[in-house]
Amino acid sequence: MAKPKPPSRRDLLTSGAKAAGVACLAGLSLTAYVESARRAEATALRPPGALPEDDFQGACVRCGLCVRACPFDTLRLAELGEEAPLGTPFFVARETPCFMCADVPCAKACPTGALDRDIPSIRQADMGVAVLVGHESCLNYKGITCSICHRVCPIRDEAITLEPQAIRGRRMVIPTVHSDKCTGCGTCEKHCVLGHAAIRVLPRELGLGGRGRNPAGRAV
Amino acid sequence: MRLSLTAEARREGVAAKGWVRAHKWWILRRLTQLTALGVFMAGPLAGIWLVRGNFASSEILGFLPLSDPFIAVQSLAAGAVLARVALLGALLITLFYIVVGGRAYCGWICPVNIVTDTAYWLREKLGITRDRKLDRRTRLWVLGGALLASLLSGTVAWEFVNPVSLLQRGLIFGLGAGWTIIAAVFLLDLLITRRGWCGHLCPVGAFYGIMGKASVVRVAASRREACTNCGACFQICTEPHVITPALKGRGTMSILNQDCLNCGSCIDACPVDVFEISVRRNIR
Ligand code: SF4
Ligand code: SF4
Ligand code: SF4
Ligand code: SF4
Repeated sequence: MAKPKPPSRRDLLTSGAKAAGVACLAGLSLTAYVESARRAEATALRPPGALPEDDFQGACVRCGLCVRACPFDTLRLAELGEEAPLGTPFFVARETPCFMCADVPCAKACPTGALDRDIPSIRQADMGVAVLVGHESCLNYKGITCSICHRVCPIRDEAITLEPQAIRGRRMVIPTVHSDKCTGCGTCEKHCVLGHAAIRVLPRELGLGGRGRNPAGRAV
Repeated sequence: MRLSLTAEARREGVAAKGWVRAHKWWILRRLTQLTALGVFMAGPLAGIWLVRGNFASSEILGFLPLSDPFIAVQSLAAGAVLARVALLGALLITLFYIVVGGRAYCGWICPVNIVTDTAYWLREKLGITRDRKLDRRTRLWVLGGALLASLLSGTVAWEFVNPVSLLQRGLIFGLGAGWTIIAAVFLLDLLITRRGWCGHLCPVGAFYGIMGKASVVRVAASRREACTNCGACFQICTEPHVITPALKGRGTMSILNQDCLNCGSCIDACPVDVFEISVRRNIR
């Protein structure tokens, strides 16, 4: 067998450059894909104690230990094509809301710190914020005092109150969410009597207005 | 021709040693792979919670943390400050594979290996010979690209597409449309490139290979003088290039190349028992 010629310095340099080129190309296309995939996720609700979404996506390894720790089967890992990026934990409030366990077992189970393992109380959780999106369909706005969302809220009268208001000359009580107290557990959305809930939990980024954004792009 | 399910590459071995001895390592590997999945699936399916989580990170018997080092490294590249539990878990796994051989992960744990082995078996049965050339180093470029993407996007980037995570997590937590990606890997190996995925592209295998570069447990061609040149080992091996130096060279009989899966398929296939599992010998 003829011994293959040892590669010259020049060959090594060319193949090294080629490899670096391909790695960069692979890296950039994957980055582009990841960026587009995570833009689509803004509606998914994260478990309690989750880091801000950008940090969460770097820390969560998609192990599902939080999912297994939840006694109510609230959480699940996203399958391909679901609203959260592949494999990440999320919940759908309308199906199963978070029951706000006092000891937050899901966050304590997280091995990576993607969920705050030292969260002092479930009241500090920030899964999202309830927003009355369906003014035109909410029964209270029609003058029928349904108020189910208020009645079921685990932090009733703090996170959500009934505010008397006069609208077009009629007196009504309007379910009003207070974002500093609302944890985004989704119990209100779950129990809204309409076929398509008039009150929904949205990630805070999506659900709250504000003065603007800081230079890092976060809402202030 | 009689229809036989025996892999083409095992025929010599079966003829010489009988079915069981020509499948010994294959049986052990499949049992290990299925047990690894099985203990995780026993929780959701049967309520037997010996372990929780999945291959990415888990809690064994309620106290022992294990974490996949490749995903942990992506996390670190993304700039995450991982909690100690995950770091400890990744360290334990790393130490384990430094002993048993990095790509023993591929041969003994990874469920995609079952898929690609099956694709290869079928490929031989159907006599498909189309073999689009791919450089075996492509996986290193993909690995570099995955880490670069993690750095740039601040996410565990490969986990957006990783078929290995997709399959193991899918089997334990629900697969959804994820089977399409697995089917793509199967078809790649069946129709386009011999051992295309595990032998050329998968960055997980590449990462574990690098990790186990100096591993202790190695397959060795200890009786290479008995070799009859039947070619069965080259035919069955996912990474045939690793065999040549040990079998045909004059140096060490240990297979030192990090690409070797420590799968033992060569031991099974060889009709004259050239190979054995042993510990690393750097020189003859
Ligand atoms: S706080 Fe309790 S109910 Fe809510 S997600 Fe965590 S474990 Fe489940
Ligand atoms: S336990 Fe933590 S790392 Fe695991 S899936 Fe849940 S959030 Fe992600
Ligand atoms: S190369 Fe990748 S897919 Fe193949 S067995 Fe190894 S980790 Fe699994
Ligand atoms: S050399 Fe033997 S043990 Fe190593 S990958 Fe090939 S068949 Fe498996």
